[in-house]
Amino acid sequence: MTRYRNLSIKQKQIVWAYAFLAIPIVFYGVIRFYPTGNAILISFQDWNLLGDRTWTGLDNYAKLFADPTFWKVFKNTFVYLLIGTPVSLVVSFFIAYHLDKTRFMHGFLRMLYFLPFMTSAVAMAWVWRWFYQPVPIGLFNNFLSTFGIPQIAFLNSTTNALPSILAPAVWAGLGFQIIIFMAGLRAIPQSYYEAARIDGVSTWTVLWEITLPLLKPTIVFIVVFSSIGFLRIFDHVFNMTTGNPGGPLNSTKPLVLMIYETAFSSFDMGYAAAQTVVLFLVLLVVSLLQLRILRDR
Amino acid sequence: MNTIKFKALALSAATGIATLLGSAANAVEIEYWQYFFDARVAAMEQLIDNFEAANPDITVKMTHFPYADYRTKVAAAIPAGEGPDVVQLFYGWLNDYVEAELIQPLPADAFPAATIDEEFFPMVQAMKDGDAYWALPTAVRSLALFYNERLLAEAGVEPPTTMEEMIAAAAAMTKRDGAGNLTQVGMTAGMTAQDHHWWREGLIRQMGGEPYMADYTKVNYNSDAGLKALEFYTSLFTGDDAVTAIGFMDEPQAAFKAGRAGMHIDGSFRIGSLNKTRGLKWGVTELPATADGAQSNYSSYWVNAITTKAEGEKYDAAVKFMAYVTSDEAMQIWLDVVGELPAKPSVGLTEANANNDVYGPFIRGLAYANTTKFANESAQRQLMVEMVERITLEGMSPAESLALAAEAEQKILDEYYAD
Repeated sequence: MTRYRNLSIKQKQIVWAYAFLAIPIVFYGVIRFYPTGNAILISFQDWNLLGDRTWTGLDNYAKLFADPTFWKVFKNTFVYLLIGTPVSLVVSFFIAYHLDKTRFMHGFLRMLYFLPFMTSAVAMAWVWRWFYQPVPIGLFNNFLSTFGIPQIAFLNSTTNALPSILAPAVWAGLGFQIIIFMAGLRAIPQSYYEAARIDGVSTWTVLWEITLPLLKPTIVFIVVFSSIGFLRIFDHVFNMTTGNPGGPLNSTKPLVLMIYETAFSSFDMGYAAAQTVVLFLVLLVVSLLQLRILRDR
Repeated sequence: MNTIKFKALALSAATGIATLLGSAANAVEIEYWQYFFDARVAAMEQLIDNFEAANPDITVKMTHFPYADYRTKVAAAIPAGEGPDVVQLFYGWLNDYVEAELIQPLPADAFPAATIDEEFFPMVQAMKDGDAYWALPTAVRSLALFYNERLLAEAGVEPPTTMEEMIAAAAAMTKRDGAGNLTQVGMTAGMTAQDHHWWREGLIRQMGGEPYMADYTKVNYNSDAGLKALEFYTSLFTGDDAVTAIGFMDEPQAAFKAGRAGMHIDGSFRIGSLNKTRGLKWGVTELPATADGAQSNYSSYWVNAITTKAEGEKYDAAVKFMAYVTSDEAMQIWLDVVGELPAKPSVGLTEANANNDVYGPFIRGLAYANTTKFANESAQRQLMVEMVERITLEGMSPAESLALAAEAEQKILDEYYAD
């Protein structure tokens, strides 16, 4: 205690600052970094949750890269990313841009768009799952059959299933992105628009030369944020394909679902951890790339 | 209150508590763990009450938690010296638990293998290793054919007993709309439900095959019998005369519960939820036989085992408890409360049980049932799902798809039995 008493006021302040900073650091260390490190460790081991962990070196990774299911799943994960991110970006910008200009029932419309984001993903996935069923229970197919149009196999198809699952996932995330875009749009100083109007610049040019460049930080944020979301897509796929997880012939299975199955139904923790490490690296690389490309040159 | 009085009171309270603790310490307390399912917990509470009444010096504490957490919790608790003395586990997990040294074999004097071989239904022998049993079930489950009485009467057909009759009855109950879309199916189909068991242990054996060899370590269904079984199964939902569709109304049991499916193959555990379905009049009969009378069924069960944590007097108490939960009395209680079938013919095949309208078909099915020793049940089921999907979605021939499935399943088995 005497040592503390001998410190100067400035030093005491530093001690206190670190004492408070230590709380989040310890918290992160215990619930983030320790499990992460442990997962990396397990990826080099064989463990079924019950017995001892045994070292297997790179076996899990070798098995992973030789597994055709993994490559299929890897591809699916990127299809979710490469379709999901641009589509949701464009749609949410389009809606935000026009919603920003709308005065009529503005608050109500914004609420409508934001509502799906607040809805439980599980409930939503099940409702959509039933929408997609064939007759006699599926909403979409009942509608088609009323007009004598042949049935569409939404989920029970190797080609339609993935887009069918992606659609509600995009829709669900839209609300959040719209809100972020609108905040970004509001943050652009009105004086630029006024100057453009005085110069008689066309709407397109305003959009292209003022709005989009100034929205860049917002776009970077949304792209990175939604990319991570699509790379980690799980709850929609899991709930829309329970019973046959990952859809017909794994056509909708994302990496996270494969990890979940390997860990908690096959109890192959080492293999699951190896998949997790791969997912982590993918997320890392994709995020870094996007930040690099989209940052100011 | 003055100090002296307070001290006296505190002292008496303290001695009182000490006496209570002292008397409790004389009784052995053992822990029993199972996963949470209403009826199972209720039945076990009843068994524990009866057991404690007969053994006043033993108390049994039951702990239950959601199915999803089960394995993780058991695995973490036992090596730490916590957790159950007697534990319930799925028969398919036994190997993993034995290898991880989480459970110990039942003592030969209280559970002599020869007596168990004789007294229990034969599929229980999957729990035997050499001369010792690792675990024993209270109850078992098997498959049977549920039918919707109203739809059957409407189509003017009887509950089928053979496959031919089943197809004919299903065809009579199938309805289509103007565009040819199914609006009511004769029977349900889907490998995701119980059909993969029916195909493996039922159809293949009925077609004269043997699905696995060498104690379920070698896949043997890539054969004529396997192909015949697969072709029979896919004929239900392919072609113009299909009597069902995969994924009709999302899930087979949902279609049956909604009264849109005439027949449905499922396990005895479905009885409870069908009973709760309002407006559904259903009956149940044995799985259909072939024309020459061949029958086969699948059975699965949950077993109870003594963990390696139980030592000394707790071990003795655990053995007594195991003996009680595998007794005839316990099995009858389990049947009455949970609706799962007794594991011994002496209870199951009593006049009243074997001829019971609801339980009878399942119990009679036990006599010709087999239990698949799974290495990874969900992964092995998934292969059956994909085998059918390759045929229906990609147009692959049944023979080719069957060969692929057999090869993939052999890989899973090889990996599992490698060490």
